[in-house]
Amino acid sequence: MSVVPSTQAAAPAGRARDNFSHWLLAQRGLLLAVAIFAVMFLVYGWKLNVGLTANIINTAANKGALLALVAMAQTLPVITGGLDLSVGMIFVLTNCLASVVVVGGPVSAFFGILLVLGVGLLCGFINGVIVVYGRLQPIIVTLATGAVYFGCSLAIRPQPGGSVNFEFADLMTRSWAGVPSTVILLIAVVLLIWMPYRRSVLGRGAYAIGSSEQAAYMSGVPVARARLLAYTLAGLFAAIAGILLTCITYSGAAKASLANDYTLNSIGAVVIGGTSLFGGVGSAVGSIFGAFVMRTVGDLLIVFDINPVLQPLFVGIVLLFAVSIGSLRILRVKNKLDLYR
Amino acid sequence: MAGETTPLLRMEGITKHYGGVRALENVRFECDRGRIHALLGENGAGKSTLIKVLSGVVQPNAGRILLDGRPQVFARPAAANEAGIACIFQELSLLPDLTVADNICITNPPMRFGQIDYRAQRKRAEAALAVVGGEDIHPNATVRDLPLSRRQMVEIAKAMAREPKLLILDEATSALTAADVAKVFAMLKRLREEGMAVVYISHRMHEIAELADDCTVFRNGQHVETFTAGSKTDNAMVEMMIGREYQNAFPPLTRAKPDSEPVLKVENLSWQRELNNINLELRPGEVVGLGGLDGQGQRQLLLALFGTLIGTTGTIRIAGEAVDITSPQHAKSDTVGMALIPEDRKHEGLMLPMTVRENLTFAAVDRMSKWGLVDRSAEEAAITEMVELLKIRSDGIDGPVAALSGGNQQKIVIGKWLMNKPRIILLNDPTRGIDVGTKQEIYQLLRRLAESGAAILFYSTDYDELIGCCDRVLVLYDGTVIETLAGDRLTERNLIAAALNITNTRDLPETVQ
Repeated sequence: MSVVPSTQAAAPAGRARDNFSHWLLAQRGLLLAVAIFAVMFLVYGWKLNVGLTANIINTAANKGALLALVAMAQTLPVITGGLDLSVGMIFVLTNCLASVVVVGGPVSAFFGILLVLGVGLLCGFINGVIVVYGRLQPIIVTLATGAVYFGCSLAIRPQPGGSVNFEFADLMTRSWAGVPSTVILLIAVVLLIWMPYRRSVLGRGAYAIGSSEQAAYMSGVPVARARLLAYTLAGLFAAIAGILLTCITYSGAAKASLANDYTLNSIGAVVIGGTSLFGGVGSAVGSIFGAFVMRTVGDLLIVFDINPVLQPLFVGIVLLFAVSIGSLRILRVKNKLDLYR
Repeated sequence: MAGETTPLLRMEGITKHYGGVRALENVRFECDRGRIHALLGENGAGKSTLIKVLSGVVQPNAGRILLDGRPQVFARPAAANEAGIACIFQELSLLPDLTVADNICITNPPMRFGQIDYRAQRKRAEAALAVVGGEDIHPNATVRDLPLSRRQMVEIAKAMAREPKLLILDEATSALTAADVAKVFAMLKRLREEGMAVVYISHRMHEIAELADDCTVFRNGQHVETFTAGSKTDNAMVEMMIGREYQNAFPPLTRAKPDSEPVLKVENLSWQRELNNINLELRPGEVVGLGGLDGQGQRQLLLALFGTLIGTTGTIRIAGEAVDITSPQHAKSDTVGMALIPEDRKHEGLMLPMTVRENLTFAAVDRMSKWGLVDRSAEEAAITEMVELLKIRSDGIDGPVAALSGGNQQKIVIGKWLMNKPRIILLNDPTRGIDVGTKQEIYQLLRRLAESGAAILFYSTDYDELIGCCDRVLVLYDGTVIETLAGDRLTERNLIAAALNITNTRDLPETVQ
């Protein structure tokens, strides 16, 4: 017995326009972040006397890509309605580890990279296991595990230092016909990891959990596995960022301020990128642009001759601005009790 | 085919307890292919629990489920889905941030190379929407952006896309427009022809008369009778649903002075589509009940009076003066003098980790403080008085509220608001889920409050309670007061008939009792 007919009449005319408007509506957060970034970057290029040379773009991309990757990591737990305070610590831990193991010849460096990525996955997996099976709040779990991961990075590298396979580092930080390697890396991560994840059952499960965990469970979504994967992939993204940092600095350093800075900024980047902290809405692509918006603020201050010390102030203003646009929806609420849910 | 003799679904000896509360007791239920089986009963009769057991949401304490004669255990909703059972719940089970197509295919999306095939998913969603008659809904729309009636159509389409053998509809048409209901009915009749088994829960007798082949009546978690649709009159069915088990002891009514000025007067109150032109008057010393089936706007009415709904129309008069109540803060102020005892005491009524003392004084803390500092002795006096009045065991005053029993927690919610000495008290089903002894105390408390001059508006899902406690009962249906019952006309039969909006059985002589 087939209830649903397999063939369907051709879509009525006008659907194409509908399709576009629904797409636009669904992507509004992402598009806003892209627009803000585009405006800021164009202003930057225009004010810059020498114009946008390949070198300047490369430097900007390298700076932005680190935060972009950590923000991508943060995006996944946030989509499930959680938060990961350990992404910055995993980032630093994998940086320290990479400065020890991604060394020597190409073969040894290659296996070093695999090891670092594996450790990132493991860190995220541990977070996920505790959150899912311990039924604890993600914010406190990741605060604790983050401290553990930072402790590990201190154990690996008590003093800053180490090295990295030079050819690999150069490969990751140069640019190809004007396109920085880091941009290629981001595109690759989006195409090879994020997109397939987004289109998988567990990826959509993450959105479902963030949207309404009860309804997700009732609909037969594999809630535990979807959440576990979200935290695990967050660890992987943070580890990619850690390796990139090693390539940029040619060394590893267990710096708590760096870890905390990246953790907090990743949350800002995620929100600017259109991901809701309530969960269920958003994308890692938006977070990339959110990260670049936050990084461009600093560059803009320089070209406008404003003291760079004021950077946090302007980053804060941009963040508030982006968040306010996202919360216009509460004007539609008809029952005040809904505001508190 | 074995189906000739075994019914598609057979449930035997199903028992479910929640703590000490019996939700289902040794219940049996059957439904066969090509039949629409209506499940009837009052609020809390156990219909929804049965559905939850059947769809794997809760596990029964005893009993077994047979599908095609084979015993099944549904540990999770996914397991019931795989067995071919699809359920459309009363409370929507949609994911608001996902698209319509995502929602429809969430359980079992079409896959291609290990990825969700969005093109195929959209086709499937469009087809499922077409089956239920919701072609106007765009599959790429986000569910949150759809109005309630459209969401419910998506919910139905979602169940259909699973191609179930057994479809359960639990009050699935309550939010639909008349045109949608007609489409859904046409679909259900067609599905019946095609051999699907359908379990249909509705409080609307005319829907049951139109659709059902078989009817089963539940009462107090027990199976009462199963019969062929049309073999009993509406009257007989109502009697089966009422039954009699226990009679609560209620304090005697004291009549309010009928000539006193109403302290609360509501004229043409409307909100969204959930409240439609509500009119009511409330006098000092009066206990007025709100009756009707769950979800007919009773809760919204209380919230609207208490100032939490935005965009209400109509007039609210407090002691003759038109007041626009804008927030709970305003509602509890001396100019209005209102209190709302909420239904969900864990979320809206109490701060569970805080002490009894803090909870009791929270809403009235302004009254006991000078220049922003709490006056300890005034607080102490007020608390002692309240503990006395409510008969709360005083040894737990400085312990967390979470440590108390449900009944005592409810008393603290009430006490918290009485601290403000309100003249209008709104109660939203205050006795749900609490023990009989505490219920009695609450009834007596209500009566004492009324005698001291408060006006009480009291929503209850328990008909006994409405009859025993109230001077008058307003029955709501679809957000409108469709009937006011008082005196001799305030009977369980009339209440149920009005709640179901059956006109022909009203005011017939009482045969039960």
